[in-house]
Amino acid sequence: MQFDQILQYTLSGLSTGAIYALIGIGFSIIYNATGIINFAQGEFVMLGGLLTLSCLDLLKLPIWAAIPCAVAVSTLAGLLFERLAIRPLRQPTPINLVIITIGGSILIRGMAMLIWGKDTHAIPSFSGDDPIAIGGATILPQHLWILAITVVIIVINKFYFYHTISGKAMRACAYNRRAAGLVGIDVRRMVLFSFMISSAMGAVAGIIVAPLTMIAYDVGVMLGLKGFCAAIIGGMSSGIATVVGGLLLGVLESLGAGLISSGYKDAIAFIILLLILFIRPQGLFGKADSERV
Amino acid sequence: MKRELLKFVAFSVFVLLLPLQFKGGYLMNVLVFVGINTMLAIALNLLLGYAGQISLGHAGFFGLGAYLSGILTTTYAWNPWQAMPVAAIIVGCMAYLIGFPVLKLKGHYLAMATLGLGIIIYIVFNETVDLTGGPSGLSGIPYLEAGGIVFDSDVKNYYLIWGITLAVVLFSINLANSRVGRALRAVHDSEVAAQVVGVNARLLKVQIFALSAVISSLAGSLYAHTMTFISPASFGFNFSVELLTMVVIGGLGSVYGSFLGAALLTLLPEFLRAAQDYDIIIYGGLLVLMVMFMPGGLVRGVPDLFRRIFKSRGGADHA
Amino acid sequence: MLEVSGITQIFGGVTALEDVSFRVNRGDITGVIGPNGAGKTTLFNIITGIYTQTSGKVVFEDKDISGLPPEKLARLAMVRTFQNIELFGGMTVHENVMVGMHTKSSSGMLSCALKMPWSISEERRIRNDSMKWLEFTGITELAEVEAGNLPFGKGRLLEIARALAVEPRIILMDEPAAGLNSQETLGLAHLIKRIRDLGITVVLVEHDMELVMDICDRIVVLNLGRKLAEGTPREIQENPEVIAAYLGDDD
Repeated sequence: MQFDQILQYTLSGLSTGAIYALIGIGFSIIYNATGIINFAQGEFVMLGGLLTLSCLDLLKLPIWAAIPCAVAVSTLAGLLFERLAIRPLRQPTPINLVIITIGGSILIRGMAMLIWGKDTHAIPSFSGDDPIAIGGATILPQHLWILAITVVIIVINKFYFYHTISGKAMRACAYNRRAAGLVGIDVRRMVLFSFMISSAMGAVAGIIVAPLTMIAYDVGVMLGLKGFCAAIIGGMSSGIATVVGGLLLGVLESLGAGLISSGYKDAIAFIILLLILFIRPQGLFGKADSERV
Repeated sequence: MKRELLKFVAFSVFVLLLPLQFKGGYLMNVLVFVGINTMLAIALNLLLGYAGQISLGHAGFFGLGAYLSGILTTTYAWNPWQAMPVAAIIVGCMAYLIGFPVLKLKGHYLAMATLGLGIIIYIVFNETVDLTGGPSGLSGIPYLEAGGIVFDSDVKNYYLIWGITLAVVLFSINLANSRVGRALRAVHDSEVAAQVVGVNARLLKVQIFALSAVISSLAGSLYAHTMTFISPASFGFNFSVELLTMVVIGGLGSVYGSFLGAALLTLLPEFLRAAQDYDIIIYGGLLVLMVMFMPGGLVRGVPDLFRRIFKSRGGADHA
Repeated sequence: MLEVSGITQIFGGVTALEDVSFRVNRGDITGVIGPNGAGKTTLFNIITGIYTQTSGKVVFEDKDISGLPPEKLARLAMVRTFQNIELFGGMTVHENVMVGMHTKSSSGMLSCALKMPWSISEERRIRNDSMKWLEFTGITELAEVEAGNLPFGKGRLLEIARALAVEPRIILMDEPAAGLNSQETLGLAHLIKRIRDLGITVVLVEHDMELVMDICDRIVVLNLGRKLAEGTPREIQENPEVIAAYLGDDD
């Protein structure tokens, strides 16, 4: 019985972890391209979920059309965010960037509150709610959707960064922005891309998690922070390390909540975050030469 | 130096005469909070504006002061005047110890670490129900009392809180204009150069972090004893952001700027009662606009604006 | 006075310095020269506690200072300046120099904030004594200017004034003439000699050969992370290996 419980917690932890991983990769993509930690990252997760809701309820779109629609609008929001808040900044010191992304995130959250109100909303699962038995545990079809979509996104991501010109240009920016600029890469455009890609990924995360956890204007803060935690565990990599970081965090949280205390569930992520920052700022798997501190 | 003293005297007179204008009333209660928030904004400004180190967890220190004071005076029936310094010392020591690993981090990472710290403290307030009363809060905290006067009305509290706030203002101005204040600004401008001329940057950052936490804790204790009721909701991440907004709007590295920021952000919601749900948008908008158009804050931005308007007028006249 | 022995520095597999040893005599102006990439700045960063060397030892006044942080070295009377001048840009020129007196004052946070009598008199001393260094470097009239607004040449003088306020027994200057025009360089040469006349030992990394040959008592030549030669300016100018290294670098 004990084993079944652990299996159950692990399975549900994995799907939450996949969400954290997607958000974390979004953080990393922007960080690597610009050196900015985007505190508004979580708001795009919220936008994804709530926009899908509107597409379903107001526009009466079927789910397969509502999702791309919501992702597109969120991406547009990411684009506007970069153009209106980040690019015009005259003194882009780290503190100013922290403050402006926090300000932006509050603004987005506030607008969401005006549009969708303070209530929590539910989105129907993609394919029913009949539990599936695995060993002694059960999972919902939505859990499988989450895992599958996460895998697909990560594969697309990998392909983009390693096999397309613009993806390679983006990696060049991550290694050395000045040098990338000197060989003719339009760095500002790459920065814009990075915001668009990560807001799209955040939106997808919000859409696939919404049927499980409900969605409201203020869910972005916590999800964003957890995603950041995943990215820190992964050493701000935009690849597999952050995915592992997210899954690890999801499972630890789920086990901690189930076996120790549900009240402290959220604290687990932040304790891990602090420990990693204090002891291994280069991430759990990184080499000890990074310039994070 | 003389000018600083004159400014302070003028400010004190303004603060002490202000209640005559209102003769009690609801606004007095709000002005008490302006005092508490001024202390908090100054505390954060010492860290952020002078030493250049961000904290997104200051609501946590504020809350620790409030809860320690609250618990010691209710559950353990201490005298508030004893509870306050004990709370401040405990919070100061905690901040000092945690400061060493935290302040090794820089920029965005420092922001995230302090944020995490603040949220952990907030979760502890919610979860240690036996001690704190959990989400439903802690009530029955006694008012402060001195020489037979119980500080149980807004007017009395106004003078109590503002008396202490003025002391914090003077304390901070003195500190800012001393060798320590200069060393802090030096660390802000160029850490390596400060070290080269003998400033122990790492220790200094930790010390100012601890001092900032002590002032926040003091503000928290005063908050607990004037409200007589506290709950975790007042000490969450949102309040840390509100404090940050006060400091940025007022002006980084300006003590009076912190007062301006605190006053503006505390009074604004009162005047925007009708639009109370919009305050979140207004905070966000203010933050973004200030950083973009007035990175020096109100204290520098407004005189600058006047100068520019004058100049363009003058230019037009000549042409 | 200062003895560097067997310094080796390896950055991720690349050897920046290999077994470098030399000695600086009290009261001398010692120049460290060498082609680009010779490891001069790395050597400076090791001596002044910015980097920690892979192996080797730095001894200052008979005390092993290897691995000590810069703020400890300042208390031992060693100070340095930077190639790309590091000023406290948001503070006035006068305040910059006042920070230089940090190790010569001791009021803590509380006594400063409470304006205790001793910290008031200490503050007055800092304010007055720091002016002396502005006069010494000839920038007194700029005292109230914000350091971030100074032209480069004046910034260089301010950085030196601030370093002198530490009252060092040794000052290390990383390319003090870089970015200066010929007029300013002349003034700098004069200033460095006056610093030596105060009894302060000077070590400088420099590219301007004329300046080095003019003011240095001894010269250490580095090439590709190794010490190539050491001696008086005349000896160095006649050293065939040095000539080869410099000419060979020009291809």
